[in-house]
Amino acid sequence: MTERVVPHFQEELEQFKARLLEMGGLAEERVAAAVHALVERDAELVERVLDGDGPLNLLHIDIDRRAFKLLALHQPMAVDLRAIVSALKINSDLERVGDLAVNIAEAARRYLRHPPVKELIDIPRMGDLAQSMLRDALDAFVRRDTALAQSVLNRDDTLDALKTQVFRELLTFMLQDQRTIEPSLDLILVSRHLERIGDHATNVAEEVIFMVSARDVRHHQGEEPAT
Amino acid sequence: MTQSTTSLPPLSTLSAPLQEGARPSDAPVQIEVERLNFYYGPKRALEDISLGMRRNLVTAFIGPSGCGKSTFLRTLNRMNDIIPGTRVEGRVRVAGQDVYGPGTDVVALRRRVGMVFQKSNPFPKSIFENVAYGLRINGLAGTRAGLAGRVEESLKSAALWDEVKDRLHDPALALSGGQQQRLCIARALAIRPEILLMDEPASALDPIATQRIEELIYQLKSTYTIVIVTHNMQQAARVSDVTAFFWLGRLVEFGPTDRIFTAPTEKLTEDYVTGRFG
Repeated sequence: MTERVVPHFQEELEQFKARLLEMGGLAEERVAAAVHALVERDAELVERVLDGDGPLNLLHIDIDRRAFKLLALHQPMAVDLRAIVSALKINSDLERVGDLAVNIAEAARRYLRHPPVKELIDIPRMGDLAQSMLRDALDAFVRRDTALAQSVLNRDDTLDALKTQVFRELLTFMLQDQRTIEPSLDLILVSRHLERIGDHATNVAEEVIFMVSARDVRHHQGEEPAT
Repeated sequence: MTQSTTSLPPLSTLSAPLQEGARPSDAPVQIEVERLNFYYGPKRALEDISLGMRRNLVTAFIGPSGCGKSTFLRTLNRMNDIIPGTRVEGRVRVAGQDVYGPGTDVVALRRRVGMVFQKSNPFPKSIFENVAYGLRINGLAGTRAGLAGRVEESLKSAALWDEVKDRLHDPALALSGGQQQRLCIARALAIRPEILLMDEPASALDPIATQRIEELIYQLKSTYTIVIVTHNMQQAARVSDVTAFFWLGRLVEFGPTDRIFTAPTEKLTEDYVTGRFG
């Protein structure tokens, strides 16, 4: 038996954070799979993404319960309190990312019924960018790195611009050949889902900044510490 | 108000299926109390209490002053015997042994069921002798080296060894309040009880010393069955696995600590844990 005092609350808090990271990893993996399935026209992978939301949903509930328990039983303060409240919000964001991966797979399933409209270039770029934002936001959470979190916020404009570009390009296809309207609309939807994933990564990054420095940077507001 | 009766309440918890570790319901019942009534003279202080305390778990008793929680704790190792005019009805079993049965050896019982009190009460002797005392009077001292080994082991278990190992023969009363309380825990552990009863063990200590005691309780539960009475609701929340809420001598609610503090089923419990009375 050790004489060192390691509050067991801290251990539980670390387990709780580890669960959240597991959730983040799973959400990111599902986005990658959904985009890959679309780009590679892999119908089997599409179905796997559509059927595979269960583990993420279980984690969503588990993380909420752990947070609830930590708050009720340990009355955390300061950075510990911010970490748990932030993690609760991040949890919801990650769950939504998982849902968006399913939405992408649904669009992919419809898209695969048609011949390809064009070679997909910007959508995989959007997928890579959205995933890297999500990954970096979670890394920032682990390493308590506000600079990395800020870099995630800065990348959101690029993702938005790509979405607009995808729309404009597909519009030209639809105007030329109305048989491409249906599959093009699905691609536009996919780009919209990826842009939303970027927004969730941005939310996560904002929560990291709040957790580490108690600054609330949402809605482009204040640099002052939260009071 | 519903009263938990003879059958143990279901220990279903909020724990998610993914949660690791044993659930409270997995542990065997170590102390079983059935329909216990306790009287101070004509006044009934405990009314028809039934509950089971499980091995290797921390069970906390909470409730406002005078609710009977300390009285109840003291029925578990017959500490109330020394108060004149008291009377017990019902049954208490410790690991199957009937505590109030005829022929029960109270000294042997208290060897199995150790106790730590609100106010630390070291003997006016050295640190070493405080821990060795129980071993000597119980004929467990053995060889000189064996005794020293048991003292060291007990002080380590009580998370005090590193602070006192170089001054074992200094007077125990020279230690700080928190250290004295851990010394009393070491003294209780030295005779290797199965159960440790703690009556407000940290209420006279500062927050840092309190945290050390709480962490100690958390570590000790892997070896002992622990029952703790506390005025401090947050302390019960932090250290216990199972919580019993007492009110006016009655057991109002008994269940997993996370449930008691997040979703109690009784209005009275809800009012107490949310600070609406008590």
